[in-house]
Parts: sequence; structure tokens; C-alpha cells
Amino acid sequence: MAKADVKLPQMQSGFDFGLCRRNDMLVKQGGKPAKFLKTGTTIVGLVYKDGVILGADTRATEGEIVADKNCEKIHYIAPNIYCCGAGTAADTEAVTDMVSSQLELHRYATGRESRVVTALTILKSHLFSYKGYVSAALVLGGVDITGPHLHAVYPHGSTDTLPFATMGSGSLAAMSIFESGYKEDLTREEGMELVSAAICAGIFNDLGSGSNVDLCVITKGGKEYLRNYKKPNPRTYIREKGYSFAKGHTQVLSTTIVPLKDKVTIIEGEAMEE
Amino acid sequence: MFATGIAEEDRKGSYVDRSISRPCNFEISQQSPVTHTQYPYVTGTSVLGIKYKDGVLLAADMAGSYGSTVRYKSIHRLKAVGSHAVLGASGEISDFQQVTQYLDELVLNDYMWEDGNKLGPQEIHSYLNRLMYNKRNKFDPFWNSLVLGGVENGQKYLGVVNMIGVHYKDNHVATGFGNHLARPMFRNEWREDLTLEEGVKLLEKCLLVLFYRDRSSINKFQIAKITEEGVVISEPFALKPNWDFKAFHNPTLGADGSW
Amino acid sequence: MAMAMGCLLPPEPSQAAYREHQSTWSPYENNGGTCVAIAGLDYCVIAADTRMSVGFSILTREHSKIFQLSEKCILASSGFQADIRTLQKHLDARHKIYQHEHNKQMSCPAMAQLLSNTLYYKRFFPYYAFNVVGGLDNEGKGCVYTYDAVGSYERVGYSSQGSGMQLIMPVLDNQLKSASPLLLPAKESATSLTESEAIDLIKDTFASAAERDIYTGDSMELLVVNASGIRREYMELKKD
Repeated sequence: MAKADVKLPQMQSGFDFGLCRRNDMLVKQGGKPAKFLKTGTTIVGLVYKDGVILGADTRATEGEIVADKNCEKIHYIAPNIYCCGAGTAADTEAVTDMVSSQLELHRYATGRESRVVTALTILKSHLFSYKGYVSAALVLGGVDITGPHLHAVYPHGSTDTLPFATMGSGSLAAMSIFESGYKEDLTREEGMELVSAAICAGIFNDLGSGSNVDLCVITKGGKEYLRNYKKPNPRTYIREKGYSFAKGHTQVLSTTIVPLKDKVTIIEGEAMEE
Repeated sequence: MFATGIAEEDRKGSYVDRSISRPCNFEISQQSPVTHTQYPYVTGTSVLGIKYKDGVLLAADMAGSYGSTVRYKSIHRLKAVGSHAVLGASGEISDFQQVTQYLDELVLNDYMWEDGNKLGPQEIHSYLNRLMYNKRNKFDPFWNSLVLGGVENGQKYLGVVNMIGVHYKDNHVATGFGNHLARPMFRNEWREDLTLEEGVKLLEKCLLVLFYRDRSSINKFQIAKITEEGVVISEPFALKPNWDFKAFHNPTLGADGSW
Repeated sequence: MAMAMGCLLPPEPSQAAYREHQSTWSPYENNGGTCVAIAGLDYCVIAADTRMSVGFSILTREHSKIFQLSEKCILASSGFQADIRTLQKHLDARHKIYQHEHNKQMSCPAMAQLLSNTLYYKRFFPYYAFNVVGGLDNEGKGCVYTYDAVGSYERVGYSSQGSGMQLIMPVLDNQLKSASPLLLPAKESATSLTESEAIDLIKDTFASAAERDIYTGDSMELLVVNASGIRREYMELKKD
């Protein structure tokens, strides 16, 4: 066969979706479709008198098991912009990291504060080009030269501009609190109270959400990241006896002792940076 | 005798006859398509229910949706059962109306005993559990989530049954979308000693949130009250929604420079 | 941004996603929950959480999964609530008939066998119920029976069933490790723990399961069966 007949794929950046096509074919032939991790979450944001408040629960799940009881879902985008992420943890993390690095370079180049709309545009064009396969549902909030902004970003790349937004499996529970309690020009205290109530609604009513409340208040002057603002779920029973395991619980089959000192020389050196 | 013998033979090959005499049989379902209701046509959305100081309150809107079209707007989804109970339904409306006919018959037959006893909410709820579970066992379910509220001897009763027979009681209940949107508010604000006014206010607040967020709900509601005195189902009423947030006036302004 | 072409482009969503737009139904639902039972020499402890859920929603925080079959026999079940309730009603009716016929209550081992038969009777349209039976046997010793959904069962010293089973069972194995059932002659299967030690252990395992299993929580109902009768306790669990 002539060498020219072989079509080599163009070398380009981005994900390789070749296996997706294979998977679709297998499903058509009666195979079982691949199961994806469904990560439950409650994330919210609202615009108040002087800025934006973002909120999130801290539970990460793997199916019916709680994988992390106190994870962080409010991601840094820029000093004046933060972003709550729901969906596949890896996607939300990667996509917010990507945007934050692009914005940082943009700030070096222009010497100006980042705008929320820039982050929004990068996010939506990235997500749109991946047709929803990058499963990140985001609540993006920040304060820039043009004032406070809050956006909901969906996995397919559509966006909303809203006075209040909720996302994740607890979005309905949280939205019921916003729809019945939101007013325009709330004070900082009122805003924090409402966001925290919305997250709590997600924590207590949605099984995919749980543990603690994280808040992030962004104003014109700066931001306040309130990690574990509320901890409403302490353990309900602690066994006083504890658990002690006596030596010898595991049977020792054989013992070999290798003195490391004979084999290794220790050289003093400088500690690595960070 | 001879003639019936032939008829018996004939019937063996006849699909129609067998499907009537034994509607759910593995043998048949292998041969012919299932003709049961496997999906709903006209449906109602959430029903809410709460206990309050003097009794039980139920609430629902009056929409009958045909898929995503709001086809009917005066469907009564709250219905009195006997003198001290109300049944509320979400899901297939025709199935609900069939269930209410069963219940009317049940209540009438019970009344005709003239023994001074009558079906209380607990008994009606049990009947509904068994009815729904029995239909699911025949693979021909009533496509509903039912809420039953009632009062008997000063005891308030509030229970739910779904289309496959799952049932429970609670101080506040909601079906469908209401379970996601109204229950969180109930869990925050419900108290044992809620007055009638407070109870109605809580329900109205939840109905309004459902109207905002549930596309198949409409702004036309009924609330039923069940107390020791009996049942009152309100006239249809509307609530006053607010769409007037500043950000809603010119939505594109919020993302100026993007698309 | 110039996006990738050919193989590097995400495929169109498959047709199947659009085809299945009609609502359909399943005769089963998983309402979650966890059950645990421990048998001692002269007692039996049976516990279950009281959360009833479906999907990511809590239906109610106060639904008992424990059913008293007789004065010395308790059934705890998780799985599909409608099947569980039917099973309870069925066993209760059968027990009433038994009492009319024999003028006494069914023993716990007999009830355990009846449950197994009842489950197997529906082998090809099973009760989606995961059961643990606990109580006192004819000698007054604690007994626990554990089942699968179609009636396979075994007498054991302790057991757990339901959504938190994978979390709880290894802890019980470690703390109680009853004698291997392979040993001959058969060794005592009941644990040597005292009643209060067993209760303490169960409470801790439930608190732990509520931390990590999303379907276990709200509160725990615990029954102790011993010579003096049945005692009931409740403990709060996490509600998130």
C-alpha cells in the first residue's frame, strides 16, 4: 500500500474524542454505556448592595459514598473574581485554573484589573467548543470597574446574568430560599444570612450536598473568603472507649531487617522552594 | 356443552379474549405489545400538604398539562373523600378521577352498613396504598402521587402514596417538584402550632415559588382545609408574582461585551 | 480559538438521548437505609436508621424500618418501602393465622424460615427488601438471621443490611469476629459482648455510616430484646 494513502491525524491541541465514538458504537451494538460519576453539590451566589456573595457546601460524593467531607468548591479566578463549581470535580478545577491563568497573563500584559465578563467569555467559549463534555456548571461572581456581576454558566456554554443564581443537585432547595427571601439592595449581613440559608437548604434537603458552609464576599475594595463559615453537622456520637488494636493482631510470617544507614549517605542541602 | 368446548378451543388462539381475561400474564406480554398505560397523557403538577394547629391544609394549582402544553386550566385536583378527608393528586388526571370513583364507591358502601362506623383517613390511606401497589404488581400503574389529608377524633393525618405503592406520613408533604422546592421551606418554617392564617401564608409562599420555578404550574390555585368541622375547598384564586428585579429590565446589560 | 477537527472533535450527542424522551417507569425504587443486628448470649439488639429517601431527596426523616413480628422476634428491612410494607403485612397475617392454629406465638427460628419461604415465593418478581431478623431463640439465646432479596438466609452472630452495609460490616467483623462457621463442632455464634457494649458499638457504627453514606441519617431506632421484654431507644444522626 502506498504511504500516501495513510491519513495521519493532524497534530492539534485539545482532548481526543476517538474513544467516545468507539463507546457510542459499542452502545449501539448493545453494550453498556460508561457510567459517569455524578457529583452532588449546592452552589449559589447573589448580588447585594455593595457587591457579590458566593456560597457553597463542602461535600464531595462518589456515588452514594461521601468522598470528602470538607472540600473547597469556591475557586479563585482573579483577586476580584471567584467561581463556584458543580459537576465533575476535575472539570471545574481544570476549567477555573485555565481561566485564572489566562487572566493573570492578561493582567501582566495590560496592567489592569480583570473583568468578570472576560472570565465569562473565556469560560463559555471553552465549554461550548466541548459540547457539554467538560461537565462544569458554574456560578461566577466578581466586582470590577463596571460594578458587581453574577453569572450562571452551564456545561454546554450558555450563560445567564442574574441577581441570584444556584447550581448543582441542591439548586432547587437553595432556589426556594432565594425566590422567597431575595430583595434588591440587601445589606452585607442580610446577604450573608440569605446565602448561608440557601446553602443550608441544600445541605439538609439534598443528599448530594452536606457538611459545612463556605462563603466568599466580594466588594469593590476587596474580598473576604470565609472558609467553613458555618459547621452545622457535627458527629452525633463518639465512642468513649475508642478503638485500640493490640499488637499482634496481624500475624508476622517472616522478618528481615535491612539497616539503611549502611546504604545511604545523608548530605545536608537546601530546602526546596515551596 | 359441545358448543362451549369449541369456544374454549377458539379462545386459546384469540389474543383479544385472553388479554381481557388475564390482562397481565408473562405468556401474553411475550406475544403481543403491552397495551396498558405506560406513560401519562394529561398530568397535574405538585400537591402540597401541611398539618396546622386545628387540622390539615392541602394546596394545588389547577393546571392539566398535555406534555409541556398547559392544556387545561380548571382541573380540580383536590377532592373530598367522605366527610373528613381530602385527596390531592399529581400525575395522570384520568387515573386520579378513576381513583376518586373507587373512593366514592368505597365510602358509599361503607355508609350503607349504617353501623355508625366510617372510614377514617388512616383507612383511606391504607386502601390507597394497596390499590396503587396492586396496580404496579399488574404492571399497569395509576400514574399518580397522591396526598391524603384528614382529621379523625382530633387526630390529624397527612400521608402520601406514589405510583408504585411507596407511602409515608409526615407533618408536611409535597409531591413532584414540590418535594424539591416546597419541602425545604416546610422544613425551615413548619411548626406544630401554626395558625390557619400562618399555614395558608406558608402554603401561598410555596405555591408562588413553584409558580416561578415549575414550568407546568399556573397562577390559579385551590387550598383545602380539613378540620373537626369537616372539609372546605376554596374557590380558585391567584397570587401576586414579582418579576420586577432591576437585573431583569435589560438582561444583556449585565454581560456587556460578551454574547 | 481554533478548535480541533476530525477525531479530536466531540461527537454529536447520540440519538438515544433524544429517543428516550418519553417518561417511563420502574416497578422498583430504592428508599435506602441501613439495618444492624447483634446477638448476645441472653439478648439481641436490632437497629435501623429512620431516613426514607429516593434519588437525592429525603421523603421523610421519621420512617421506622423496624417491625415487631412477635414478642421475641424483630424484623428490620431496607430497600423498596412498598415491598417491605407488603412483606410486613404478609408476615403479620401469617403469624395471626399461626396463633389461631397453635395457640402460641411463632418462635424466632420458625419466623426466620417463614420469611425465607415468603421471599423465595416471589423468586421471579422479588421483594426488593434486605432483611435482618433478630430476637431470642427457644433457649432464650440471642439470634440473628440475615437474608438476600430472594430468600437465601443464614443464622449468624451479627449482621448488617442496606445502603450502609459496606461501611458497617467490616467494623463488626473486626470487633465481634465470631467463630468461623467452618469449625466443627460448631462454635457459639453469639458475641461475648455485654448488652451495653453492643449498644455502644451499634451507635458508633451508625454515627460513622451517617458520616459517609448519603442514604443513612436523621435518626436511629434501636430495639433491645432480652428476658425482660423489648426496650426501644432513639439516637440523633446527622441530617445532611
